[in-house]
Amino acid sequence: MEDQTLLPHLFRTEYRNIVSVLCYLFGIQHIEIAEDLVSDTFLAATELWSIQGVPDNPRAWLYAVAKNKTKNYLKRNSLFENRLSKEIKYSADKTEETEIDLSEKNIADSQLAMIFTICNPCNAPESQIALALNLLCGFGGQEIADAFLTNKEVIYKRINRAKEKLKEANIKIEQPTVAEINDRLETVLKTLYLLFSEGYYSTSQDTPLRRDLCSEAMRLTSLLIENKTTNKPAVNALLALMCFHASRFEARTNEKGEAILYEDQDQTLWNKALIETGTAYLNRASSGDELTKYHLEAGIAYWHTQKEDTAEKWESILSLYNSLLILEYSPIAALNRTFALSKTHGKKAAIIEAEKLKLTDNPFYFSLLGNLYSELDNEKAIQHFETALRLTNSTGDKITLAKNIQRLKETKEVANKKD
Amino acid sequence: MNEFLIAIHRDLKSKDASPSPEQMQASIKPFQEWIGKLIAQDRLVSPYRRWDGGGKVVKKEAVTDGPYAEIKESLGGLFVVRAKDYDEAVEIAKGCPILEWGATVEVRMALVNA
Repeated sequence: MEDQTLLPHLFRTEYRNIVSVLCYLFGIQHIEIAEDLVSDTFLAATELWSIQGVPDNPRAWLYAVAKNKTKNYLKRNSLFENRLSKEIKYSADKTEETEIDLSEKNIADSQLAMIFTICNPCNAPESQIALALNLLCGFGGQEIADAFLTNKEVIYKRINRAKEKLKEANIKIEQPTVAEINDRLETVLKTLYLLFSEGYYSTSQDTPLRRDLCSEAMRLTSLLIENKTTNKPAVNALLALMCFHASRFEARTNEKGEAILYEDQDQTLWNKALIETGTAYLNRASSGDELTKYHLEAGIAYWHTQKEDTAEKWESILSLYNSLLILEYSPIAALNRTFALSKTHGKKAAIIEAEKLKLTDNPFYFSLLGNLYSELDNEKAIQHFETALRLTNSTGDKITLAKNIQRLKETKEVANKKD
Repeated sequence: MNEFLIAIHRDLKSKDASPSPEQMQASIKPFQEWIGKLIAQDRLVSPYRRWDGGGKVVKKEAVTDGPYAEIKESLGGLFVVRAKDYDEAVEIAKGCPILEWGATVEVRMALVNA
């Protein structure tokens, strides 16, 4: 690996590993100390490696330096004597040196414990996501700000407030017990789902960044599956859902980062290996009698990996959307159900149902109506697309809507000339 | 907008009283589509709940388990929808696919607390 890319790469993967292990060791009250020690370690690497060259095993070097810095810190600082030493989990004997365990197993355990701490409902979902990106995924303030389309200061404030909340609530960083897993897994999955969606549906045009968000969400979800106690059907369903969506990553944007609609996607670009992996997770999710919204959404996503428009496909999707709505109403599910209905019962039947939804502040409502009216009544279709265009904030959607309007207007001109 | 109780009573005594498993299976999908449509229109006042088909019947003399040999009808579904008036609520109730199987749907408007 090139020297220029080695450090950023290591930073991305190792920063979070060492931070997790140290946080796990110190507890939530001393989270900043953990971050400072790891930042110091990377600063030392930047300075030394540029002069002396990169060591043979850069990761081992980072771990060794982080361990030494931590030990020195603990020795030197009275904090250790007075407060931290009482809280440290693995201080077998006070006279012995604290062991900083950077084994693969302890890194995984620490990250799992951190996931459950960070996804605590005492913080709002967007704060949980920012914190997860920062501490669990090693994203910097600027990157998080880019993903959320806001500025760095807002993100720093959000992250600091979220940390304070965790401290105030004195949330422990520990392996969740079976009872806690049942209680809190739902919030954890919700955060991971939002993290993935942030990447997948983000209005940001930065494709590599969006892809990173998705792959981080998938990595954290895999971590839950690798752990026996958290390997639940719902987690498998969520990972299946992510795999199915992610399989279309290559096909869904062009070189300029503009969205390519599902119908127009080049199917050969769909990632077949990911679809197969997703199918395997979906099968594993079917064990047990639990049926969550992730199961249903994964089912819907599975059918979308089958490009061919069969009657079975859309009947299944419609039925899955019905079940999804029965579990939980959402405007998006209502709109998507109506789209599925247009495929099974025809556009006219779908228009009647769509117009009863009355989601008149939702741009997707009008773009759905625009799609349903296309070819049946192009005049109305254009009106609906134009309303959608006024309501949407997404640059990608604006481009798509403008193209639709353009296309319909051209058909109209052609028709007029024929007359 | 008013709130209306929609109560589906299954007919236990008529000749269609015990549908075959195939008929039961066939009725699930239209029912799901009907409920799905109502929820999509955001008509339901609270999330949809399924109710145990058995249940208990309490009388002064005794408590008995369902299904109820001595009564003609049993409650099959119960939920509350939003509608402008009785006409609209009845229109909603008419869509219930279980009507085909001899069910009756009772519609009651919630009164405003005095």
